[in-house]
Amino acid sequence: METFIQQILNGLVMGSMYALIALGYTMVYGVLNLINFAHGDVLMIGAMVGLTILHLLESAFPGLPGGVQLALAIVGAIPVTMLVNIVIERVAYRRLRNAPRLAPLITAIGVSILLKTFAMMIWGRSPLPFPQLLSSEPIMIGGAVISQTQVLLIVLAVVCMFALALLVEKTRIGRAMRAVAENPRVAGLMGVDSNRVIVTTFALGAALAAVAGVMWGANYASIQFETGTLPGMKAFCAAVLGGIGNIYGAMIGGIVLGIIESLGAGYIGDLTGGFLGSQYQDIFAFVVLILVLTVRPSGIMGERVADRA
Amino acid sequence: MALLTFDTAHKPRQSYASMAVLLVVMLIFPFVASQFGNSWVRIIDMALLYIMLALGLNIVVGFAGLLDLGYIAFFAVGAYLTGLLASPQFAALLESAVNYSPVLGDALVALFGESIRTEGIHLSVWFIVPLAGLVAALFGALLGAPTLKLRGDYLAIVTLGFGEIIRIFMNNLNDPINFTNGPQGINLIDPIRIFGVSLAGEAGSRATVFVGGFGIPSVNAYYFLFLLLCIVTIFMTSRLQHSRLGRAWVAIREDEIAAKAMGINTRNVKLLAFSMGASFGGVAGAMFAAFQGFVSPESFSLTESIAVLAMVVLGGIGHIPGVVMGGVLLAALPEVLRHVVEPAQQALFGKVVIEAEVLRQLLYGLAMVLIMLNRPAGLWPSPIKEDRPLAATDKDEKEEEAVA
Amino acid sequence: MNELILNIAGVNKRFGGLQALTEVGIKIAKGQIVGLIGPNGAGKTTFFNVITGLYQPDTGTFELDGKPYSPSAPHKVARAGIARTFQNIRLFGEMTALENVMVGRHVRTHQGVFGAIFRHKAARQEEAAIRARAQELLDFVGIGQFGNRTARYLSYGDQRRLEIARALATDPRLLALDEPAAGMNATEKLALRELLVKIKNAGITILLIEHDVKLMMGLCDRISVLEYGKLIAEGLPAEIQKNQAVIDAYLGGAH
Repeated sequence: METFIQQILNGLVMGSMYALIALGYTMVYGVLNLINFAHGDVLMIGAMVGLTILHLLESAFPGLPGGVQLALAIVGAIPVTMLVNIVIERVAYRRLRNAPRLAPLITAIGVSILLKTFAMMIWGRSPLPFPQLLSSEPIMIGGAVISQTQVLLIVLAVVCMFALALLVEKTRIGRAMRAVAENPRVAGLMGVDSNRVIVTTFALGAALAAVAGVMWGANYASIQFETGTLPGMKAFCAAVLGGIGNIYGAMIGGIVLGIIESLGAGYIGDLTGGFLGSQYQDIFAFVVLILVLTVRPSGIMGERVADRA
Repeated sequence: MALLTFDTAHKPRQSYASMAVLLVVMLIFPFVASQFGNSWVRIIDMALLYIMLALGLNIVVGFAGLLDLGYIAFFAVGAYLTGLLASPQFAALLESAVNYSPVLGDALVALFGESIRTEGIHLSVWFIVPLAGLVAALFGALLGAPTLKLRGDYLAIVTLGFGEIIRIFMNNLNDPINFTNGPQGINLIDPIRIFGVSLAGEAGSRATVFVGGFGIPSVNAYYFLFLLLCIVTIFMTSRLQHSRLGRAWVAIREDEIAAKAMGINTRNVKLLAFSMGASFGGVAGAMFAAFQGFVSPESFSLTESIAVLAMVVLGGIGHIPGVVMGGVLLAALPEVLRHVVEPAQQALFGKVVIEAEVLRQLLYGLAMVLIMLNRPAGLWPSPIKEDRPLAATDKDEKEEEAVA
Repeated sequence: MNELILNIAGVNKRFGGLQALTEVGIKIAKGQIVGLIGPNGAGKTTFFNVITGLYQPDTGTFELDGKPYSPSAPHKVARAGIARTFQNIRLFGEMTALENVMVGRHVRTHQGVFGAIFRHKAARQEEAAIRARAQELLDFVGIGQFGNRTARYLSYGDQRRLEIARALATDPRLLALDEPAAGMNATEKLALRELLVKIKNAGITILLIEHDVKLMMGLCDRISVLEYGKLIAEGLPAEIQKNQAVIDAYLGGAH
């Protein structure tokens, strides 16, 4: 039973990470119908910038409490990732808004490669250690362990989701985002500056990626220029699972995927008679994606979209 | 591109002349390049394989318009199949199979003979290559089947997922039964033997192949084989393009609903696109395994899928000469960079400011972004079939869109 | 007297909360031109989409040329013998006009991978036949000289003709046209009318959705009228013109 709870907890932690990343994907897809392939790499940039800030704090203000350092790292990383995303949107994506699907996708892949290369040039190719900031004293829940960092991650994910949901539903800019997501042309006719909305969406997504990136470093103690790629893809699968374009969906999809991965890795050995083991963990996200798109493409929270001929 | 043209429909004489010129250049190349060592020919050998891949992917992405981000999986299937059936690997597999299930082990020995216990299976190239093509085609249909109702971005991510799944399997399928030997990959793969002559040269010949008294380096021998295969691939894909099937693919790409309404069974036609494209990948994979002598999961990652996709898209999507050009540029460029740029930086700055590897990634990313922004159809797209000035058409188009 | 080419009855189609079609049916005799009219949103295109397999009906019986057919998939419907055009022209924009029509021949031909690669005698002959027939059809609809032009660059009226030629290439028993005259001026409509009569004289039955009442009255042998997904009238053009329910529907009388 203990293992089971541990696996659920692990799944919750990983799922919160996916949820944070998925929120960024889902928002951008909502307004632009574009999978921002480079989103995972923005996360990596956030992590790298956060690490740099931590190093600066170490040398300039040694002895700061870990929590403060972490907060500053996040707060410092956010403007950088926002800037990166805004530049990307302006330079690479804006002109291709009405282009057939292939061009924006290839461009996004190109942007992803560029981000990784810049990170390689600035921070080198080897993995970089992320310092231990919060106490490593484990918290016991029903026989299973969870660290302070992990609890913080879950809390942050939930807070961000609610904050975003509040923004989208109650504020003017949120209404504008929903309008552009539904029908950009008509929204424009109603006086909504869709460029401003899209830039805002990208900026918000970047902020979430920064949070996710720094927390990734804090949780896994090591980051590298390739850190963002796989989690990014899995988070997209989570967004689809939850219902692409839906904020609650991103959260739910993230958590569910995290738990599936965790339980799956734990029990796959038993299920397949020893043929497959936990090293196959990474395939779950994609298997889930394929199943969702085959069986229920609108995802858990999504609405059915009719296809007019 | 005014000098070289391959538009056989409209400019037949010029096209065939261009092809002849190119062929002569290609035939002479290895003898010239050999003066500078083996490495240049080796680079082109790999480039030829990648061109085959790009041409295969061109069927899926270029003709049928299906975004496939996991194409390298078929390359992997062909390569690993060869690794399994033309190296000592099968012995290792057998050993693990016997451990797992003695019955299975005995059955395999009964099928293939006692020697496989120690030496593995060593089938000839004439058997393996068609088999690789067939098995890859089967995988193509399998991986394509769930994607038939998906569009654009979703199709891309699902195919990406499949590519990743295959890679993860290749990386881990060594336990309990050792199919792929995990991250270490499969070694000692047989080189290609044609009419008793091994293209890697006999032991002690320093990789020289002797054909009727003449000795040519092994890389040159492979060069001619791969060149032949490339030409065959170009021929086949070109014939497919200008046929009833090719038209059906383009119809699906242009408007799937209209294609269905005109009686095209889009499910089957799409599966055919995946299968045919995959089969070329499988054959190229078999060649790769034999040429390199070993395969490991590193050669079959998302990076490679993206590289092949870039060759198709940046070269000239759907346009065979463009795709070939894309293949040459993107496969040969990194090597050229390595040989030229680092020494140049050394000479200019006294040290290497940007490594060749980093520079290559940088150029890749920039190329993708810049070319999609400025020439989304690729550097060398299909010539427009138009017999009146284009000036008037943009305006007409917009008016039509407003009305329709 | 004339045998029925198309016999459809009892079609119901619901989209979520909207009942798009209620007990709609149609009977078309061989060699006729039958019109389907009605205010916007009446369900005309929806009905088209149902009978050609794009939408799945909730109920309905479908008979083509006396034999039941299942409108489960568009390509099967095309194979059975119904070809259609679309309200918003759906050509294969990047192909030439000739190639567009050649695609129409797909359903009646069968060369596959082997024929494509090896081009043996049978394959070459089939390909030549496809090309010849396509050119014939382009000539038939009046755009024979534009065979090599990319479809995207044809004029609007020529694109409409091309779509008809492509549909004819499938050797249909019934040609279903969705607003073929939309966006045309008077001269173009006259030319279209002539073309449709020419097609009728070639022995092909036509089902036509249109808004131009004058065009319909002069062209159609019978007319059905839809409103809010229900059939409100059916008969000779002269009868339809005087039908009170039809007049109300168009002029919003009783609402």
